[in-house]
Amino acid sequence: MRDFAYARAGTAESAVRTLADPGTSVIAGGTELLNWFRLGIAAADNVVDIGGLDELRGIASDGDDLRIGALATLNEIGEHPLVTQAAGALASACLQAASAQIRNRATIGGNVLQRTRCPYFRAEEPLPWPCNKRDPGSGCTSLAGRHERQAIFGWTQDCVAVQPSDPAVALAMLDAQADVLGPAGPRTIPMREFHLTQREAADAGQPMRETRLEPGELITGYRLPASADGQAYVKVRERASYEYAIVSAAAAVRLDPVLPGACGAGRIAAARVALGSVAQRPWRLTLAEAELPGTPLTREALIPIIERAMADAAPLPQNGFKVTMARNAAVRALLTAGGAS
Amino acid sequence: MTLDFTRRVEVALRLNGHDLTTVVSPRTTLLDWLREDIGLTGAKKGCNEGACGTCTVLVDGRRMNGCLTLVVQCEGRSVTTVEGLAGAGGELHPVQRAFAEFDAFQCGYCTPGQLLSAVACIAEGHAADDASVREWMSGNICRCSAYPQITAAVLAAAREEPGR
Repeated sequence: MRDFAYARAGTAESAVRTLADPGTSVIAGGTELLNWFRLGIAAADNVVDIGGLDELRGIASDGDDLRIGALATLNEIGEHPLVTQAAGALASACLQAASAQIRNRATIGGNVLQRTRCPYFRAEEPLPWPCNKRDPGSGCTSLAGRHERQAIFGWTQDCVAVQPSDPAVALAMLDAQADVLGPAGPRTIPMREFHLTQREAADAGQPMRETRLEPGELITGYRLPASADGQAYVKVRERASYEYAIVSAAAAVRLDPVLPGACGAGRIAAARVALGSVAQRPWRLTLAEAELPGTPLTREALIPIIERAMADAAPLPQNGFKVTMARNAAVRALLTAGGAS
Repeated sequence: MTLDFTRRVEVALRLNGHDLTTVVSPRTTLLDWLREDIGLTGAKKGCNEGACGTCTVLVDGRRMNGCLTLVVQCEGRSVTTVEGLAGAGGELHPVQRAFAEFDAFQCGYCTPGQLLSAVACIAEGHAADDASVREWMSGNICRCSAYPQITAAVLAAAREEPGR
């Protein structure tokens, strides 16, 4: 790791002012940044530490909203009663996101800014192969090489990577907003739109851009509408704990009131569902959400609805299995959220 | 007001019960500092990327990876390593006794990290049963695969010294 100069910020504003210099990086937990420095994914002349800023801490109710400070750790969020009650999918996603040790350091502000786990991207410099994220214009080794864990939506010839954050999937499903502070002052970014697919970035003329956060902006926290809907976060991975997702799904379900004497499965009144690790952004199944009200909460009824909502999936030669796996994760998340499994 | 970025930082912290002040370059990780500067080699450098858990220490009682923590981030904090677990007279911590009693190691390389993680796991109240110990200890890899014995030791120590 190359050395850098260090300062502790006294306020969020003073931290943002230092970010006007592109050679300055922010550190909070540091669980991603230090590995970026080691691999050569990022380098900084200056590192500004926001870890001591009480204004960015805390989890609290704010009217009908839940407010989560950017410095809240994944363990704090995962076990906080306000979150487990009103945003259970987010609590579950946080607890499944990493080891207990990492979850004590990793913050929710930094978590959504983690970068892909693509092994071609995560190699130590000097990079032995082309990667457009590391060296724009060099090419994508994964496209012609191994890509079974890569995207099934929104990829381009330039890059096929997925965004691995678990909490980001829950935040997008729960219609959370990120509060952001930049040189021009505060603004909000809906978490449904925070990340960009490679296709969206290319259409905007910045093919390697990954989020709508502007250079020099800092996430200060999140605001999400508290929800009484049943929720679930399903993470499918190669071992039972402490592993990145192959696919994941977050869901929230409200059932119609059951009539006295009625039998069989309850019917869905409203549902939200988002997939993770299938694109460079959380993937809301909006077509399914429109179709789900009135549907019985059964596997048989849900499968065709999820399949129609995923009809535009474009798997790569090695990852067709992810289409089926993601469909099943979405169905399981909806069933669990609705209390049927 | 502009911030003053510096390349040598004075850090005051408490290490295994002793207050001390150290001057480090900002990139120094807690793990490298413990091993190279202080000479406490209990915390091991396995993967140096947060994957294996052999460098687990307690910071203000919370378990963390020493390789993912900078010393400059420990200003005013209290750090506990495996060298600080035993009592002043050398009597073993209940978790250490349980590891010895249940043969919860083979080569021993991961053991310091397992011990610190187990102390925290019990204090957090996450050592209720086999499944909760396996889930909440999953950040500590044992390539000798002593997991059944480690799980038994954590549960036994938790019964002796229940968490909150």
